[in-house]
Amino acid sequence: MKTLGIDIGSTTAKLVLRDGERVIYEKYERHFSQVRQKTLELLANIPALPADEPLLVAVSGSAGLGLAQSAGLTFVQEVFATGETVKHVASDVSTVIELGGEDAKIIFFDGGTDERMNGSCAGGTGAFIDQMATLLNVTVDEMDRLSLSHNRIYPIASRCGVFAKTDVQPLLNQGARKEDISASIFQAVVNQTIAGLARGKKITGKVLFLGGPLYYCKGLQLRFKETLKLSDENAIFPEDGRFAVALGAALYAQKNSTPITLQALCDGIRSSLNEAPIVHRLPALFESAEEYDAFAKRHAEASVPTANPNAYTGNAWLGIDCGSTTTKLALISEDDRILYSYYASNLGTPVAVVKEQLEKIYGLCGERIAIKGSAVTGYGEELIKAAFGVDLGVVETIAHYTAAKHFRPDVDFILDIGGQDIKCFRIRNGAIDSIMLNEACSSGCGSFVETFARSMGYSIADFAKRGLFAKAPVDLGSRCTVFMNSSVKQSQKDGATVEDISAGLSVSVVKNAIYKVIRATSPDELGEHVVVQGGTFYNDAVLRAFERELGKNVIRPSIAGLMGAFGAALYSKKLNQSRLVSAEELKAFVHTAKAATCHGCTNQCRLTVNGFGEGKKKYISGNQCERGLGYDTSKLESVPNLHAFKRAYLKNLPAGNGTRGIIGIPMALGHYELYPLWHGIFTHLGLRVVASEQSTHKTYAKGQFSIPSDTACYPAKLMHGHIEELLEQKVDAIFYPCLSYNIDEKAADNHYNCPVVAYYSELLAGNVEGLQSTSFLYPYLNINNDRELAKGLLTALSPVFPDLNKKEILAAVKAGKQSYETYMSAIRKEGEYAVDYARKHGKRIMILAGRPYHIDPEIGHGIDKLAVSLGFVVVSEDSICHLTEKPSVHVLNQWTYHARLYRAARYATEHSDTELVQLVSFGCGLDAITTDEIRELLERGKKYYTQIKIDEITNLGAVRIRLRSLLGALEQ
Amino acid sequence: METNYVQFTKEMKKDYTILTPNMLPMHFELILQVMRNYGYKLELLRSEGPQIVEMGLKYVHNDTCYPALLVIGQFLDAIQSGKYDPHKVALILFQTGGGCRASNYISLLRKALQKAGYGYVPVISFSVAGIEKHPGWELTIPKLHRMLYGVLYGDLLMSLVNQCKPYEVRTGESQRLAEQWTHRLADEMAGSKVLSYKKIKQNYRLILRDFNKIPVCRVPKPKVGIVGEIFVKYSPLGNNNLEDFLVREGAEVVIPGLVDFILYTVYNSMEDARLYGVRRLQAKLYGVAYRFLNQKVRDLIDIIKEESDFATPTPFPHTATLVEGCIHHGTKMGEGWLLTAEMLELADSGVNNIVCTQPFGCLPNHICGKGMMKPIKEKIPSVNIVAIDYDPGATRVNQENRLKLMLANARDAMGEAAPTPTKAPKEPLWV
Repeated sequence: MKTLGIDIGSTTAKLVLRDGERVIYEKYERHFSQVRQKTLELLANIPALPADEPLLVAVSGSAGLGLAQSAGLTFVQEVFATGETVKHVASDVSTVIELGGEDAKIIFFDGGTDERMNGSCAGGTGAFIDQMATLLNVTVDEMDRLSLSHNRIYPIASRCGVFAKTDVQPLLNQGARKEDISASIFQAVVNQTIAGLARGKKITGKVLFLGGPLYYCKGLQLRFKETLKLSDENAIFPEDGRFAVALGAALYAQKNSTPITLQALCDGIRSSLNEAPIVHRLPALFESAEEYDAFAKRHAEASVPTANPNAYTGNAWLGIDCGSTTTKLALISEDDRILYSYYASNLGTPVAVVKEQLEKIYGLCGERIAIKGSAVTGYGEELIKAAFGVDLGVVETIAHYTAAKHFRPDVDFILDIGGQDIKCFRIRNGAIDSIMLNEACSSGCGSFVETFARSMGYSIADFAKRGLFAKAPVDLGSRCTVFMNSSVKQSQKDGATVEDISAGLSVSVVKNAIYKVIRATSPDELGEHVVVQGGTFYNDAVLRAFERELGKNVIRPSIAGLMGAFGAALYSKKLNQSRLVSAEELKAFVHTAKAATCHGCTNQCRLTVNGFGEGKKKYISGNQCERGLGYDTSKLESVPNLHAFKRAYLKNLPAGNGTRGIIGIPMALGHYELYPLWHGIFTHLGLRVVASEQSTHKTYAKGQFSIPSDTACYPAKLMHGHIEELLEQKVDAIFYPCLSYNIDEKAADNHYNCPVVAYYSELLAGNVEGLQSTSFLYPYLNINNDRELAKGLLTALSPVFPDLNKKEILAAVKAGKQSYETYMSAIRKEGEYAVDYARKHGKRIMILAGRPYHIDPEIGHGIDKLAVSLGFVVVSEDSICHLTEKPSVHVLNQWTYHARLYRAARYATEHSDTELVQLVSFGCGLDAITTDEIRELLERGKKYYTQIKIDEITNLGAVRIRLRSLLGALEQ
Repeated sequence: METNYVQFTKEMKKDYTILTPNMLPMHFELILQVMRNYGYKLELLRSEGPQIVEMGLKYVHNDTCYPALLVIGQFLDAIQSGKYDPHKVALILFQTGGGCRASNYISLLRKALQKAGYGYVPVISFSVAGIEKHPGWELTIPKLHRMLYGVLYGDLLMSLVNQCKPYEVRTGESQRLAEQWTHRLADEMAGSKVLSYKKIKQNYRLILRDFNKIPVCRVPKPKVGIVGEIFVKYSPLGNNNLEDFLVREGAEVVIPGLVDFILYTVYNSMEDARLYGVRRLQAKLYGVAYRFLNQKVRDLIDIIKEESDFATPTPFPHTATLVEGCIHHGTKMGEGWLLTAEMLELADSGVNNIVCTQPFGCLPNHICGKGMMKPIKEKIPSVNIVAIDYDPGATRVNQENRLKLMLANARDAMGEAAPTPTKAPKEPLWV
């Protein structure tokens, strides 16, 4: 009897028909979410298979699950199916790596079969590649070809698609080569597979690569081979690898299914088409066509007058908004009418787009129109400014407010949903009162809907239109886009239509904005006169969903997508003379982009050097600080920066010339504060203390493979690299104690560490191979009691350093305590000095507050230096919190580090020249509690609250915008 | 400790209804009955539906763990339902005071109430350590003692249902029996002023005899243990009805009892004294409680053995020794070392398939759950663990697909194993 395996993944459907041991037919097609129809179509197209022939059938794949259930067919889990195939056809394989549309899987065959899938956070792989290709404006095939001629690899955050996008977009905007970016994207997929799936298990021996992306993308194959250091014989990319799951399903069917005719099979699937959907549904956006017409009419009223550029004579001003995915231009007349505008995707090459537009504008202007001023805003602000001699750079928030105000003078709330950002600001008394930007994690905004539309085979306009009249929009939740992907998958499983999904996505975008970014609980919180803008609001479904959710009407200017450019143009009206490149100069304009590495400090930033022809100033991007840009930085070095101070202090503690042995200290997590304590104790005992270097991205890469939980915070993940580094240095022992309780500063209800800081050693001991053959000391210690501490240390150290005695340890503990005190008082003294310095020099003070380990250059990403370059004096929370009292808080104040944050916030509210910016590591569960509390403390004290979420991302562009927005708001 | 919260006063005790979150229906119903006997009006929330998580997302920071979103969402949903007079309602939450953020659920709940306009609703902290003061709510030793039997009854019923349900001839019979017993036990507790341990032991016997009478067909089925963060482990609301799913897929579910978690918290207070030399006197008292609790579990084990072939719980002191070489008893935040111990105990007693549940981004579970999988696999290579994250955005299809992989491997391993015995083998009741 013939066996049929059906594999329906998240994006494609595959069939394998076997007769005995022979595959007689196979088919692979994208299903565009039309799961049931596509399956029926594929079945109908099997040649020469009579409808009444009995078959053994099994279904597999993530979208196959629902189909199998409702049609009563045998189901086999897809990883299991792959295992079946491999055991059957390639028994000498030791590892299988399979990348699907949205899942990644790995199967180890050595030492007992071990099958793993990516966690729910790890995003897709095939879908991720698709999304990245869209971003680069190429097809996946083109991206693959481009990647083959790359020169270098940029670090791209590999954990999830949203993060990666945040890294890729600035690279594009800065002019990095698409070849290099393409290869870097593939490398990110490889890193993700190794970090997220292998999790410490080495990939060796013969490796079989399966799934669509690994079949189609030669560049991806290459990256895997190089990274895993596989020889040609050991890296197998089989011709029919895409069919592995379907084949496995057929094999499974042979053993486990009961015969069914093709006819009965099709009938079963067809009847399941009519099943009642079970996904939660939302009410339709519009009840009737009349309702829609009224809506459309109302919004048509909010328009801006235009003027004919061919008839106009006089002065004009130009605004450019170089956003993350789109470039916008607006040329306005003396009386603020729009002479010319442009809105389109920047196609990954904003410089080329702007050049072309300027040519066009000069053509229109002729002799009649004189450009008197120009301003640029957005991600690409500095690049465009440098390239074309634009007169002014203006931070986005100010540009948008300028535009909205022009439009509606009494506006009190602006919400802008762009391609990648959500920005919103509240206006009070004519000034920006608070600013909220989306965190890197929930950035699935406009471009998300667009990418989704494309993946389902629609243009965004078409897709949006379909959503308008959806009968029952699906409820897709309001979290990160990766989760939305699987929500969509689920709804497809339940038979949702494209219309319902489109409308559902619109509702999700809106909910994300209201509940995640604005964190509003009632519409009244937003204000009376709400202006919405940004390209995403061209989507009427999004606009309608927003009004629905708010329960009130809002204003969407007809130039919703142009507001940044329009605002920039208005902003530049204060100028009377422009330095913008002339039509003549434009003819000779050239643009080159070259990769380089900055050697200004140990950060080794990867730079992109943009050249604009002979004798023109270069524009360098990608650096974390001003050094390497060719600017004079000596002036900035004298400005107090507590983060730099602490780094230098820790770095300069001498290893000592102890002869009793060498003890290794990983410079991570809690050691960033307690190092002087341990250093003091160990050097006093005559041990040589070797600390690992402060982190770089290489540190992360070095230890990445043994991280078991990919949702842990970045500071914890870096720990693995530090351990590897110490292992290389052949120390006698490595020391990171378990401290349930931190130093008791008597300023809170308790003095806990967070679970990760407290117990990460337990995880390291179990997951880092090298620690099995090295003495890894992680005793549970009481650091608040000298005797207890000495007792605990003696027990822990004795096995490695047997000649220690109780008395000398107690003396060492006292010395250590002394050196810790010296460190902490040095911080406090420097804090006081910094505050004095700022006040003497009339500078603003920024409390860059977080945890002690946020000063690590790889964790803080040089945000401290950026703040200094923006004119702040940077202090840390622990350097000034002694200058004020403990505030009253509404949470259980039980962590030592957090208690300092609350005090620091209080300090900020007591001083008009002091702002607090909170650094939050992605995945920090405790900060979900502190952030709301600190926001409340600051807002009660009439202060801005600025939060910066940090992770593996190295892009400072978003941070710069945020800090400049803060400055802009302060200076109003 | 600041008292910037609304206290539950003695006057409120008279006519306020105290709403309680629902984690383990049978256990909680019995525990509530104890407090009702002391004159409190308590109600266990049994609501479900998507509006609960919606409410949570609206009023709680979205990065907060899933259990907090659910519990707070459920409270607000109840208050706004119109079923209660908001001015005559109090809420109650557990608070252990550990280093995990769960100790702050209560603060988050108060913030959410404030935001929703119910700042006046008192929230009682259920804390043995007495973190907050509420004059109208007192936990005395006699009360706690009585509650303990609610926990032990609940654990026994839960385990018997799990052992019978997959094999019962008449669908739903074991669940119905357990519910009947819950009512009967609650009535009994309401009627009696004196606590008779003799009577309780007699009840154990009667329960076991009743369950023994349920007709079952013992076909071999894979056994799947559920461990993890306490709320998502137990609560169907938190884990998308995980137990039901596994039973439907043809597995026998094994879930560790609540008494182990109580023993774990007691044990940690003793361990703190050992490790850090703090609160030694208090630790002595905890030592008394520890021995007392263990004796109660041993009594139950003896009775189960006398009355039936049902699996017995593993004594806690033995479970505690299993983590040696994997994780230290000092890891005490959240479920801490107990989570690792539970996985090892399951494997040790032949339950090789384990679902490790946690809210997305659960801090302690990075270490005690996912962080310990490699060492556990090295120790017991045949173990088949799947980690499932729960989150408002996580979809069932994603979770079920991973569970199906675990189940496929479980069945595969069974196929290769020696022929299954005809008589049901002894298996653990609690871990």
